[in-house]
Amino acid sequence: MDGIVNIKVTDREGVTHEIEAPTDMNMNLMEICKSYELPVEGTCGGMALCASCHMYILSEHNLSKPSDDEEDMLDQAFFVEDNSRLGCQIPITEDLEGLEVKLADVE
Amino acid sequence: MIETNILIIGAGPVGLFTVFEAGLLKLKCHLIDALPEAGGQLKEIYPKKPIYDIPGYPSVLAGDLVDNLMEQIEPFKPTFTFGERAEIIEKQEDGTFLVTSNKGTLIKTNVIAIAAGLGCFEPRKPPLSNIVDFEDKGVEYIIKDPNFYKGKKVVVAGGGDSALDWTILLAEIAEEVTLVHRRESFRGALDSVDKVVELDKQGKVKLVTNAQIIALNGTDKLEQVVIKHKELGEISKDVDHFIPLFGLSPKLGPIADWELNVTKNAIEVDTLDYSTNVEGIYAIGDINTYPGKLKLILCGFHEGTIMVQSAFKYIYPDKKLSFKYTTVTGIDGL
Repeated sequence: MDGIVNIKVTDREGVTHEIEAPTDMNMNLMEICKSYELPVEGTCGGMALCASCHMYILSEHNLSKPSDDEEDMLDQAFFVEDNSRLGCQIPITEDLEGLEVKLADVE
Repeated sequence: MIETNILIIGAGPVGLFTVFEAGLLKLKCHLIDALPEAGGQLKEIYPKKPIYDIPGYPSVLAGDLVDNLMEQIEPFKPTFTFGERAEIIEKQEDGTFLVTSNKGTLIKTNVIAIAAGLGCFEPRKPPLSNIVDFEDKGVEYIIKDPNFYKGKKVVVAGGGDSALDWTILLAEIAEEVTLVHRRESFRGALDSVDKVVELDKQGKVKLVTNAQIIALNGTDKLEQVVIKHKELGEISKDVDHFIPLFGLSPKLGPIADWELNVTKNAIEVDTLDYSTNVEGIYAIGDINTYPGKLKLILCGFHEGTIMVQSAFKYIYPDKKLSFKYTTVTGIDGL
């Protein structure tokens, strides 16, 4: 469908949710997870100022590099791996079709 | 003992503005906050971020908004307890509440307004299974007295200003200081970063980047940490103290124990007056929930304004309350 990308989100219990994300709503990965009531906090509202939308990118998508702000915030997160990102810093675009992510554990 | 009409738990923007609206009704407010200063997440998380949806301000920095609110409520002489967390609430026979802080401060109040936002800010604890066992036995999240570390072997973890600054300071005091950080670069102030790199070269500090602490060992107290380095693998290190400095994160804390109806970390309220299920206790701002709730500062201002009207009637059931505009009466301080 036009304007929709399909994303697989694996939650902390290992259950994979297939979700449809609109590309024309100015949303990001944190927001789309919240709208599907997946357990993503997004405490700061998407300013890269907390780390409560920490997730791992499992698929081989070519995403933009994390900004300094995002890296700084990942410094305050735990269980950080090379594929760690903050969901709020990844806008929903057509390039995300087929993206697979896993939610990081919380403290 | 502190005595007040309204005890506001949380000195964020909503708690602060409520002082103003209460003051117009001649109600006195005391505020308690776990942080060392007023402002809540506006000061703690994003003081330099502009906010665009405060009516009348096309743009205002979060920190400036807090400063302005403090100026606005000054005529009503609010009093504050900072650096303490409201812990226990007890209803007294005369209908008032007695609130005890985690440091034993007692506050007697007619009503309570919980304006706790996201909850209390507490140090982030690394997810090491036994870290709680070593708290105050070698693990400290806050440095109270640097001289405590004299002659000790210390491992600091983190990549921000506090990790860098304390590493620099402890280099002069402790026997040995190791700073462990998960990546090569630091987010702290540039001159602090340079200073730590220089101290590392001089052998006064051991800087271990691309590494994380993955385990703590010891019998009665902390004796060893295990560092996992990206290339070198696991390294065990004998230590006296481990100081993880990963900033603060909000926790609901004792609010969960106050017999309030809580869903998804938020307190259910009646939108008639933002009262909770416990008579005399209200909840306003980001901490509350109701159908249609929006977590916005401006909505919190509204909630506090409505709430103090109800609080007045609760405190003075026989007094008449006439509503007045500030344009008519001006500000008549307490």
